[in-house]
Amino acid sequence: MINTAYFLSMLISGLKLGSIYAIVAIGYSIVYGILRLINFAHGDIMTIGVYVILMLMNSAGMPIFVSLIVSVGFSIVVGLLIERLAYRPLRDATEETTLISSLAVSALLQNLLQMIFSAQRQPFLLPKWLTAAHRIGIVNLSTINIITFIVTPVFLIILHYILKKTKIGTAMRACSENLTAARLMGVNVNRVVMTAFAIGSGLAVVAGLLLAGEYKTVYPSLGFVPGLKAFCAAVIGGIGSLGGAVTGAFIIGVAEMLFAGLMPTTMTAYRDAFVFLLMVVVLLFRPNGLFGGSEAARS
Amino acid sequence: MLEIRDLVVKYGGITAVKGISLDIRKGETVALIGANGAGKSSTLHAISGLIRTAGGKIIFDGTDITGLGADKIVSMGLVQVPEGRQIFTRLTVEENLRMGAYVNRDRADAEKNYETALNLFPILKERAKQSAGTLSGGEQQMLAIGRALMSSPKMLLLDEPSMGLSPIMTAEVFGVLKSLKEKGITVFVIEQNAYDALELADRAYIMETGTISLEGSSGDLIEDERVKAAYLGGDI
Repeated sequence: MINTAYFLSMLISGLKLGSIYAIVAIGYSIVYGILRLINFAHGDIMTIGVYVILMLMNSAGMPIFVSLIVSVGFSIVVGLLIERLAYRPLRDATEETTLISSLAVSALLQNLLQMIFSAQRQPFLLPKWLTAAHRIGIVNLSTINIITFIVTPVFLIILHYILKKTKIGTAMRACSENLTAARLMGVNVNRVVMTAFAIGSGLAVVAGLLLAGEYKTVYPSLGFVPGLKAFCAAVIGGIGSLGGAVTGAFIIGVAEMLFAGLMPTTMTAYRDAFVFLLMVVVLLFRPNGLFGGSEAARS
Repeated sequence: MLEIRDLVVKYGGITAVKGISLDIRKGETVALIGANGAGKSSTLHAISGLIRTAGGKIIFDGTDITGLGADKIVSMGLVQVPEGRQIFTRLTVEENLRMGAYVNRDRADAEKNYETALNLFPILKERAKQSAGTLSGGEQQMLAIGRALMSSPKMLLLDEPSMGLSPIMTAEVFGVLKSLKEKGITVFVIEQNAYDALELADRAYIMETGTISLEGSSGDLIEDERVKAAYLGGDI
């Protein structure tokens, strides 16, 4: 018989992981919505952000919050540079071409990180006050866990507001439906695309911090697999749909943790494989994802 | 208002527009008539900056706009109502109209245009909060025209506004275009529906396989035997 507290703690871990995936998946989804580009380098932006935070905290002795802000700014610049150099020249190319370009960017970033920081894992330790445990009911949560649970809904609400109420947000939705018509309204598509990359990159760094804080370590491929899982989340939810991406992220996070927690220990090494299998199964029955509908089509 | 000199448009090895010249004066309504594949839409896409030109010049309101980005051309006051309407189906009717005022920096002017658009098309007022995808084809065309008017354009380009509409809706759309003409807006309309287009326009160009084969006043063209035979269903 599985003990309730254990199950509950696994469930909460899953939701926590889901929150982190959700922040990354949103970045995938808004970029995909506008450009039909699957940006595999998205997870690596996350890694870059974590390294920058680590350097600022350890070498420059900056407080974590300041480091985070600087790192978000830096990573946004990196995200915009990637868009400008690797994706914009391919704007009229097929989806396959840009996909390959994004895989190349991902490999390039991971190798650059390896050259600069070596392939070794480096400890990534959060300040004590962030890791201090709090007992809530029958579960233990650290401060950073509680922040994780708060940050995701806050970002979602802000993003929802931007998309629904601001001019640039409406333009982003218009672009994701019909790029040509948006251009005929006078929308500068490059500006909209840059906004999407900036939002995605900034969010990725926040997710990176939460994830590295969880793993207590950073290495050059840190963001790659979580990036892929966030991509799976976006696909399961129906890529391009933000609500779908978030739902997909929570499904994956919870499924992954329950698998890791409830299966025999010999199986837990397969948790990543399980997540990808889950995506395959969902796609077999719902090729456009759970909330995709016919959104994939665009004139 | 709009001067086109020796415009050439190519897709890969195919030349869709083979060096045509057009002139549209301020306040005029001019039609470009031709069959499918004659190069009409390519011409319009080149004017709007959606595709690159392979040769020639496009001058709008005294400025050379050849090669400018689509967004720049719109902000200069040359606005297109695209083929097949291309409204944003997942946005509400109101959001669609607001998107039309995207380049309009003057908030008061945008607000005034919004009211004007709703008064011009009362059906849009009733449906303002509905997603635009729920509108009928004719209503969507009204929305597309209303959306284009939101930025106070100097000149309107319309790509096959009657395409896919019932005869009743077509008549209604042409009625709207007539009222725009009466307001003094310069209009350049592309049509396969030659009869309605000639009824509306002051002048027209006939386009065939990438070249202008005929041009003249609408009155003359409607009587022209070649036009009658090719576009107006021959002798009735």
